[in-house]
Amino acid sequence: MAAKDGSKMSAAAIAAEKVDGFTRKSVRKAQQRQRRSLSSSQGSSQFRTHGAVPVDLSLSPLPQLMPECVNQQELFTQKLQQCCVLFDFFDSVTDLKSKEVKRATLNELVDYVSTNRGVLVEAAYPDITNMIITNIFRTLPPSDNPDFDPEEDEPTLEASWPHMQLVYEFLLRFLENPDFQPSIAKRYIDQRFVLQLLELFDTEDPRERDFLKTILHRIYGKFLGLRAFIRKQINNIFLRFIYESEHFNGVAELLEILGSIINGFALPLKAEHKQFLMKVLLPLHTAKALVLFHAQLAYCIVQFLEKDPTLTEPVIRGLLKFWPKTCSQKEVMFLGEMEEILDVIEPTQFKKIQEPLFKQISKCVTNPHFQVAERALYLWNNEYILSLIEENIDKILPLMFGSLYRISKEHWNPTIVALVYNVLKTLMEMNGSLFDDLTASYKNDRQRCGTPSRLNNPYPHTLSS
Amino acid sequence: SPSWSGLNTNRKMRADGDDSLYPIAVLIDELRNEDVQLRLNSIKKLSTIALALGVERTRTELLPFLTDTIYDEDEVLLALAEQLGNFTMLVGGPEYVHCLLPPLESLATVEETVVRDKAVESLRKISQEHSPVDLEVHFEPLVKRLASGDWFTSRTSACGLFSVCYPRVSSTVKAEIRQHFRTLCSDDTPMVRRAAASKLGEFAKVLELDYVKSDIISLFTALASDEQDSVRLLAVEACVSIATLLPQEDLETLVMPTLRQAAEDKSWRVRYMVADKFSELQKAVGPEITKNDLVPAFQNLLKDCEAEVRAAAANKVKEFCENLPEDNREQIIMTHILPCVKELVSDTNQHVKSALASVIMGLSTILGKDNTIEHLLPLFLAQLKDECPEVRLNIISNLDCVNEVIGIRQLSQSLLPAIVELAEDAKWRVRLAIIEYMPLLAGQLGVEFFDEKLNTLCMAWLIDHVYAIREAATCNLMKLVEKFGADWAQNTIVPKVLGMANDPNYLHRMTTLFCINALSDVCGRDITTKQMLPVVLKMSEDQVANVRFNVAKSLQKIGPVLEKITLQNQVKPVLDKLATDKDMDVKYFAHEALSGECLPYEYS
Repeated sequence: MAAKDGSKMSAAAIAAEKVDGFTRKSVRKAQQRQRRSLSSSQGSSQFRTHGAVPVDLSLSPLPQLMPECVNQQELFTQKLQQCCVLFDFFDSVTDLKSKEVKRATLNELVDYVSTNRGVLVEAAYPDITNMIITNIFRTLPPSDNPDFDPEEDEPTLEASWPHMQLVYEFLLRFLENPDFQPSIAKRYIDQRFVLQLLELFDTEDPRERDFLKTILHRIYGKFLGLRAFIRKQINNIFLRFIYESEHFNGVAELLEILGSIINGFALPLKAEHKQFLMKVLLPLHTAKALVLFHAQLAYCIVQFLEKDPTLTEPVIRGLLKFWPKTCSQKEVMFLGEMEEILDVIEPTQFKKIQEPLFKQISKCVTNPHFQVAERALYLWNNEYILSLIEENIDKILPLMFGSLYRISKEHWNPTIVALVYNVLKTLMEMNGSLFDDLTASYKNDRQRCGTPSRLNNPYPHTLSS
Repeated sequence: SPSWSGLNTNRKMRADGDDSLYPIAVLIDELRNEDVQLRLNSIKKLSTIALALGVERTRTELLPFLTDTIYDEDEVLLALAEQLGNFTMLVGGPEYVHCLLPPLESLATVEETVVRDKAVESLRKISQEHSPVDLEVHFEPLVKRLASGDWFTSRTSACGLFSVCYPRVSSTVKAEIRQHFRTLCSDDTPMVRRAAASKLGEFAKVLELDYVKSDIISLFTALASDEQDSVRLLAVEACVSIATLLPQEDLETLVMPTLRQAAEDKSWRVRYMVADKFSELQKAVGPEITKNDLVPAFQNLLKDCEAEVRAAAANKVKEFCENLPEDNREQIIMTHILPCVKELVSDTNQHVKSALASVIMGLSTILGKDNTIEHLLPLFLAQLKDECPEVRLNIISNLDCVNEVIGIRQLSQSLLPAIVELAEDAKWRVRLAIIEYMPLLAGQLGVEFFDEKLNTLCMAWLIDHVYAIREAATCNLMKLVEKFGADWAQNTIVPKVLGMANDPNYLHRMTTLFCINALSDVCGRDITTKQMLPVVLKMSEDQVANVRFNVAKSLQKIGPVLEKITLQNQVKPVLDKLATDKDMDVKYFAHEALSGECLPYEYS
């Protein structure tokens, strides 16, 4: 069925191919999307567990839960058990009634644990966790689209979401219930539970990752005994992502949780935390998909530096080591992160790294990609950075002067040239005599080497100006 | 940047008055340069530096310096790790080879995987050059240090080194090595467990059989039930080597419980791995277990709920059937495998169908003529009509297997519509693929069938709107002429090709030239001179410059086929004229042809 439509394939695509023999990427993507939406834009391995024996799936509704009445506890347990039955959502016609019964029951359970006090008795914990485990823990299905590009492609959504969403909601309410007792729950919400929860962060479905994020955060807050374990497992996920698989959908969400965890670290920082910063967070910058989690990553880095400013020098040296060599988009992100770091840097720390840092910035300013050059020059719009530069003008000006001067004459992009003039003017005002010396020696050098030939000039058409 | 306190090269060498070392001093300076590229160049010439320094200074000065530069860029480190693996002679031979261990040890602990892997590779290499004594005194302690390192990188590197030193050390040290390996198999970092699991098979091979049974099996069982599927699936790979090592009677108790469990693992990645390694597993466990256990397991994999697993299993269908014990092979295939295969033909997933299509034809040789006609032929025909072009292509590309058994004629009725449809597919890559099978098909279907049914298609591709198709069509004609001979060419294709020289579309006129380029050689001097050359010469007056410069190119191309006199009397005047063309490209190619390397004297 799917490919029949594929062969019908929008006339536009065929027409496009007739003209130049190549189909535009956007057209191809659209076709793929269309095809997938016909077959399945949804995935789930939930209901097709290997070797599963078909069981009777029909559910009949149980009486309404009423907290004031007797025997409610038993009914609550019955309902939890009822919700352990799993349905096939790929098949949209079977078990419709039972699916609806389960949906209504889940809704009722969510309501029951969020509005009532005294319903979380100790005996209910095993049934509650069992229901959750049965519904959400599963091996994620293989991706429908092996070269899934999170920036361009639609994610594969979880087919059983109508039920799964309510189970997640229930788990969240359970954790947030005022009667919730971690001392009892820790028998069920243990390391194994957390490990399986963390594996789910790889899901392509953003709705599910969002729930997981909040839930893991709650668990981290309530189970002190699991904290070190959670951090270590996140470490492992990141290291695998960096050095082995290069693929994990939940990096941004995990970093977001870490951002608030780092915020709560006690001082002085433990060696374990510093190691995490240097050996995990910094190498994360090398990831191909950096754009998907850079904001969260930069936030974590800045959190660390605000906690312990003495980490500034190793962190900046680390970033300079991983500085992108060919990817302009990543370079712009690095410059943005550098500005965030400089925003909180202490002047004494600044002095320690100004030389390697401004050597790099000087390179960025001359970048032929105007967005990189522009982002680097924007640093001069920051009052605090400006004051740091002024304080150290005798060191920084010699590093920057050659690049700025050359670019003011040679960059192809007029906006960049205008920005450079402003920056040069600012620097000149900071130390006029040094500026004059540098201008003179620059011109001397130029003369000695002869005028630049057309071959040496990367922007030939600006030569006439 | 790295400093070199031990060796003050420039000054020292000049003070010695040893000018021959000056280039080396430059290289050494480059090792400290700020520019990564220069450091990299220098590292790559490291053997030259070492050679010039001599073995003693290499050991006492160069190696300590290199050990200190370990915090350099990964690119430099990678080159260094590779170089050091070939350094034995440069430090004075096997007697001194252990000097290379300190820098390689540091390299084996860095974060970047490629550097670490290369360092381990070099360590494995030089381990062979250690004497047994040195191995215990220098190498084994290094492995121990790595195995108990703080950070996971050194422990993962250690996993790859156990098997190279184990066979050559004393039994006490062997016991220690086994203990270290055991520890790493239960490391709490999954990265390390993965590294250990991936080396389990290799390590098992160097162990004494008793230890395989006592140690390896328990590690194997533990790794195969690891909480992470990425570890479990590596145990499946190890399963192949382990099963090969054990005597048949032990397999059932020691290996099979784990293998059965893996084949039904809840993670599809593990099941995929089982499917992917199925042929190896089959060979390793032997015919009896295959009959009793693997056949049902294979059926399950062919019916797996995940398409990835089904596709991996489908890929193995032919190999699995081929390796079944001959005595009841046919019966097993007919009753157990074929029903699953039939279902896969109409699978919902195109990758599964296409994997099956790439091997299914191979079954005909195994099952023989009658079974093929009765049971397989309907499946081939169904796949030939599949909605997915890749499936049809895979069937067509394997026609040779079925040709041997039942002859292709059985298929030709269905074959033709399938070929025609692929030939006109909207995707040019599909059209390209079918063109590539044309010579093969032509050979199997014979000249008559070809002329009647396929010739038109081959000619139609010459005017395809995609250049790659026209180019492939040209090349196809050449291969057809190779098969069917020059006479056939003269009667069927040459007239049509030459006819296109008058086409209003200049792209089609150029195709005539490209065809002539390809065909002149296989058609021979007679056809080229009498039929093709006049057309080419006439086209030198074409109003499109692209056609004219391709005339020049063609003349150069077909020159070697022509007689000297023809070149002199007919070709040269035309080229001379083109050499004065108003278009500079035409002029250029005419000059190229006139001074062409193959026949400078004929033309000038």
